[in-house]
Amino acid sequence: MRTVFKTSYDADIDLFRHSAQAGWYVLLTVIAVALPWLVNTFWLGEATNMLIWAIAGMGLMLLVGQTGQASLGHAAFLAVGCYANVLLQQRLGLPFILSFPLCGLIAGIAGVLVAIPTARLHGIYLAIATLAIGILIDDLIVVAEPLTGGVMGLFAPDISIFGLTINRYGNPWLLYWLVLFVTVLVVLAYRNIQRTPLGRSFAAIRDSEVSAKAMGVNVAKTKAVSFGLSAAITGLAGALMGHFAGIFNNETFNIIISIQLLLMIVIGGLGSIHGAFFGAMVVAVLPQAIAISRDLVTGALGMGSVAIPGMEAAIFGIILMVFILFEPMGIYGRWLKIRTYFELFPFYRRDMFRRQRSYLKTERMR
Amino acid sequence: MTALLELDHVTLRFGGVTAVDDVSFTVEEGEVFALVGPNGAGKSTVFNLVSRFYDPAAGDIRFMGESILKRPPHDIARLGIARTFQNIELFEQATVLQNLLVGRHRHRGTWLLNEVLFTPFVRNEERRHRAAVEKVIEFLDLQPYREKYIAGLPYGVRKVVEMGRALALEPKLLLLDEPASGLSVEETQDVAFWIEDIKKQMGITVLMVEHDMHLVATVSDRVLALADGKMLALGTPREVQGHPAVVEAYIGAHAKSKVMA
Repeated sequence: MRTVFKTSYDADIDLFRHSAQAGWYVLLTVIAVALPWLVNTFWLGEATNMLIWAIAGMGLMLLVGQTGQASLGHAAFLAVGCYANVLLQQRLGLPFILSFPLCGLIAGIAGVLVAIPTARLHGIYLAIATLAIGILIDDLIVVAEPLTGGVMGLFAPDISIFGLTINRYGNPWLLYWLVLFVTVLVVLAYRNIQRTPLGRSFAAIRDSEVSAKAMGVNVAKTKAVSFGLSAAITGLAGALMGHFAGIFNNETFNIIISIQLLLMIVIGGLGSIHGAFFGAMVVAVLPQAIAISRDLVTGALGMGSVAIPGMEAAIFGIILMVFILFEPMGIYGRWLKIRTYFELFPFYRRDMFRRQRSYLKTERMR
Repeated sequence: MTALLELDHVTLRFGGVTAVDDVSFTVEEGEVFALVGPNGAGKSTVFNLVSRFYDPAAGDIRFMGESILKRPPHDIARLGIARTFQNIELFEQATVLQNLLVGRHRHRGTWLLNEVLFTPFVRNEERRHRAAVEKVIEFLDLQPYREKYIAGLPYGVRKVVEMGRALALEPKLLLLDEPASGLSVEETQDVAFWIEDIKKQMGITVLMVEHDMHLVATVSDRVLALADGKMLALGTPREVQGHPAVVEAYIGAHAKSKVMA
């Protein structure tokens, strides 16, 4: 086990705890950048998809994992980002380099607008309110047909950055690098928020609103900021999702996507950036893994290709149940345990991560 | 000495119950002022009134001569009033260090945009907050727990961390809600020393609610006894302890007459 000797306050402020950790992340970045040479086009597309989901996951994680506010309607912000980005390009002729940040801003404003009336809601009530917004956006897209194309949907144009045209089929590696670049920026922004007063006030609201208030945190305003940032990041993911999918309509951002996003961060591990990535891997890779294993099984039995409706949803459901029952801290929580086991070998104890149940928690004021 | 906190004929009702009934007192700058009384006397309610969690039905509350009743709850900390809670309200899924740093929220000099970019200015601010928090850690001997999550800490340590979080605010007035409840004799002695030092070294005025009369008598300059939301007696610890109305509230008139007889 590594013991870090801290000789300055910067040791707690820096991004990495020690140089070895920084080394691992540099290695990860190098592999991520080199991926187009390492895998074929199919898996590169899957990796792009996974990163887009990870960005959306980080958006929701900021709200749910960091601030402790539930949202069952986050696909609405994916939709806002996606439509805003494409419409800004098609209707106003803005280049991608402008429409992309603007769509994040628009989604962020949408998030703040949602936060203002819901700031006083807690737990299940907030979940219901956001669920309503998630359902509403579906209908809203259909109603606003002149703008959104309704159920016919819209085509996303090719991304053009300073004359360089990026197309998923023409040059998938460029789209991959673009998405990777955005992912890194979002991770950095997320980390910066975590290590500043803003991130700490998010955590304060998550753990005890009454004492956050007593520490001088403006709870309603901070919740609105959290909603706004979360929606903005999710909106950016939505814009990338639109370009990745090429065509999208109201069905692309239905309620199932919202729920899948929430499942993703729970399975990945609430409250950590890693959790968003682990969850995204499950969400992006699982459908492919199911399809491949299904073909293998049916092929071995000589049945030819058989489609089993609802199988994906069922497997998702089972995975979620297994996690909630056996590993509420998600994949990242399990990873921490495994790492600690090897670091401390043979001194790891089973109860090492068990948190002491707090008592005397009565009469909490709301 | 000047009045730091003034309660001016404050009354608070919950439905038919008058939790605080026409209570007036002033806390002078630099003193330790204790509120005592049986359960349900309205001591914690007074704290929640000063924290602006409740609106009084009548009366005024002034801090440094200015009414605080127009201010929202989150402004109270910015004015320089810090508090602890009777049942410990720490941020459980965060480390001791992070909890203390939340106490620094009042001194936040950075804003959304530069925080997201983590400019050198933000780094300097963080160092400044860390330095301030480190003083509190040293004062309360919290060094062994700096990186520990609250959820895994024993009750006694949590109590101290909560006091530390309030001190990290660098307040003018510190409200301690039962700082010694559930603590051992040794831990209570530590609390007594700390309150002395908070008053003398840091120059922070303390208003506390406490049941441990020994602690109250040791550290407080003045004591106010409450019962059923009403003021019973105000004075030095010795005066209040011997006051007939206080004895009656704690032991009961009937018991008293028996003792007398």
